[in-house]
Amino acid sequence: MHHIISIREVSREEIDDILDRASAIDSGNFDSEALKGKILANLFFEPSTRTQMSFASAMMRLGGSVISLGSVEASSVAKGETLADTIRVVSGYADAIVLRHPLEGAARFASESATIPVINAGDGAGQHPSQTLLDLFTIRQSMSLEKINIGFLGDLRYGRTAHSLAAALSRYDARIHTITPKGLELPPGLTEDLIEYGTDIVVHEHLEDVVEDLDVLYVTRIQRERFPDPADYASIASSYRVTPDVIRGVSDRFLLMHPLPRVDEIDPRVDALPCARYFEQSRNGVPVRMAMLQKVFL
Amino acid sequence: MKGKPEDGLLISPIRNGTVIDHIAAGEGLPVLRILGITGRTTEELSVATNVESRQMGKKDIVKIENRELVKEEVDRISLIAPKASINIIREYRVVQKIGVEIPSEVVGVIRCPNPACISNANEPIRSLFACQRRGYRCRYCDTMITRDVGSYIV
Ligand SMILES: [Zn+2]
Repeated sequence: MHHIISIREVSREEIDDILDRASAIDSGNFDSEALKGKILANLFFEPSTRTQMSFASAMMRLGGSVISLGSVEASSVAKGETLADTIRVVSGYADAIVLRHPLEGAARFASESATIPVINAGDGAGQHPSQTLLDLFTIRQSMSLEKINIGFLGDLRYGRTAHSLAAALSRYDARIHTITPKGLELPPGLTEDLIEYGTDIVVHEHLEDVVEDLDVLYVTRIQRERFPDPADYASIASSYRVTPDVIRGVSDRFLLMHPLPRVDEIDPRVDALPCARYFEQSRNGVPVRMAMLQKVFL
Repeated sequence: MKGKPEDGLLISPIRNGTVIDHIAAGEGLPVLRILGITGRTTEELSVATNVESRQMGKKDIVKIENRELVKEEVDRISLIAPKASINIIREYRVVQKIGVEIPSEVVGVIRCPNPACISNANEPIRSLFACQRRGYRCRYCDTMITRDVGSYIV
């Protein structure tokens, strides 16, 4: 049985395989009845409309059907049913499960209770492998993943999308640059993991110091809640904001990415520049999730 | 069998039971705690702390009468006393010497420090930590315990 729980366990060969499939799918090369008769259960224990919709869309484009939990408040979960029981029950209704859950490690635990494959669609601050795969896919549409210079801007302490992307790119010998406010640096455990993989990590104070050397800048949201004093937040948010001025001198192949939703960390005037890829990134969710479903089902 | 000269005066030999030797000085009481031995349990036991040791400088020794430790208990001890040696005694003779080894994973022994971890929720779950070079990693949420493992033992 093939679960997809954490990008850490997906080998480079498997990543390449999923991205190749996604490319083929993206150019219209797929069997729209490949998953006919198969049922996917979308179990979203916390709302994430886009992820849920993109998995549903991916399943339906491959000819399969989707059932979902509905609202958690109205379900047996509200009556105190364990996740383990929910998973066992749903294993009898569907052929695979997509799980989004507020607790970390929920997807791994679910895969131990399930008799059908489980795909992690985000567990707490933990893993969200489909996001990482679509991030990789977006980069690969423009350049080889090999040895890229990637900058991570914003909240790297709590930003799980940045964590998994950094971990995945370390397999392709990336050089990682971090630009973060104090207190929101990469967690030490992850830094050690990356160094163990042999990844270069360079810490910068200002985006201006490094932006011209970057192939990719991956921006993440800084959450207001992390700062007890609203004034601190305001001053930090303004110095970690991408404007047309800040990225004036970038290279021709430079890409600006963001997992969305954004608040004001990217100036809307940047949207029209050719480097802005965040909406494409989000659209890439469908072919990448189709490729993941193919891998899990076939 | 006689106790070794170095601890002979402090603790007399036992007839049946377990002797845990070569515990780092000061870890003797935590070893008792992780074996579930408290002031209210009934084991007959002796604890010697800060005993002179040629190998270790100072060490602790624990002797428990009429109780033979099982593998899971030995695994627990490895978390806080990785150098300990465990001797099972019957009729004053050492019938089995168990070297403590760090197992590749510990199941149901350490509680995950991350409150948002599924292993701390109300689920039918046994905690599972992989033992790695830098510490213990939660199978579920990847949280690493790098120090003070003893304080997370359930
Ligand atoms: Zn955990």
